[in-house]
Amino acid sequence: MIASLSLILLCQLAGEVIVRGLGLPMPGPVVGLLFLLLLLLARDRFVALARGPLQQDGVENASRGLLAHLSLLFVPAGVGVVQKLDLVAEHGIAVAAVLAISVVVTLLVTVATFLVASRLMSRGRSAP
Amino acid sequence: MSANPFSLWVYLSQSPLLWLTVTLLVYATTDALSLVTHRHPLANPVLHSIWIIGAFLMLTGTSYTTYFGGAQFVHFLLGPATVALAVPLYENRKVVAAAILPMLAALVVGSVTAVASVVLLAEAVGLPRAVVLSLAPKSVTAGVAMGISESLHADPSLTAVAVVLTGIMGAIMVTPLMNRMGITDFRARGFAVGIAAHGIGTARAFQVDAVAGVFAGIAMSLNALVTSLLVPLAVILLVR
Repeated sequence: MIASLSLILLCQLAGEVIVRGLGLPMPGPVVGLLFLLLLLLARDRFVALARGPLQQDGVENASRGLLAHLSLLFVPAGVGVVQKLDLVAEHGIAVAAVLAISVVVTLLVTVATFLVASRLMSRGRSAP
Repeated sequence: MSANPFSLWVYLSQSPLLWLTVTLLVYATTDALSLVTHRHPLANPVLHSIWIIGAFLMLTGTSYTTYFGGAQFVHFLLGPATVALAVPLYENRKVVAAAILPMLAALVVGSVTAVASVVLLAEAVGLPRAVVLSLAPKSVTAGVAMGISESLHADPSLTAVAVVLTGIMGAIMVTPLMNRMGITDFRARGFAVGIAAHGIGTARAFQVDAVAGVFAGIAMSLNALVTSLLVPLAVILLVR
């Protein structure tokens, strides 16, 4: 468990080091995600890597544990709304309406693009 | 036993222990209620935790800074949880590889829509410039969005609130909306909520369907990449 958590933190740390070091415009944890994914894929190819947290579902179980309550992790940031009550009073309704419309539009446009692209792809595959 | 209950409160209210306990306890309760209602969209645990904790802070006159002293231990886990998304991605790599083209198309169109729609709408209703900039990255996960907001010299704490609000709205609306539209492809449904509503949407997707959850997680991490490149560009083009 401790080794698995260390591996996850190590991936994040490596991600932060690379992002800050090279001045990349992307978040460190996302690069960390890529590292962990590459490690898991490499483990399947090279048996020598399958040790410590990379064996017997070690890092897999730790990750599932973290992701099981993903929404809890957003609570502290969300409670930050108490600092913004003056803004809520002044622009609250406009902000909420803008966000709500934007969410609906984004959901519909994304789902439509996914379905259209997926249909085009299967048609392209069956045609020739 | 403290001689004066008030001095005990003064001591506890300044310690991280109390606020960490409150955060976990309130979430555990709202999550249990969400389970009892069979994960009804309106019983969203994040939404109800936030107003209950917020009201408690105001009633006790506690500052957000003091609260965050305890809650930061939970907030910190956002980073490791992003890394942990590698695991569902790895486990479903075959499903993902088969859908790589629709995903890339939906990613590009979806992230552009998420940023452009909020910037244009916010400008149209005449919100102040600083608010428009703070809302722009609202569809990516909190840590990333706050970083983008900072680099725009906007208000990262307002961005965090917009991010969480967006996530809650997406999580509440996605299931009824997709059912109404008759969309049954859970890959597409998950991917859309991951783009529009990041981690809170992803948490919702995992409650509804495992495949939807995986696609939401992928969408959320890819969107974090694309949006950090896109927002500065959109601001140049759209904000006058």
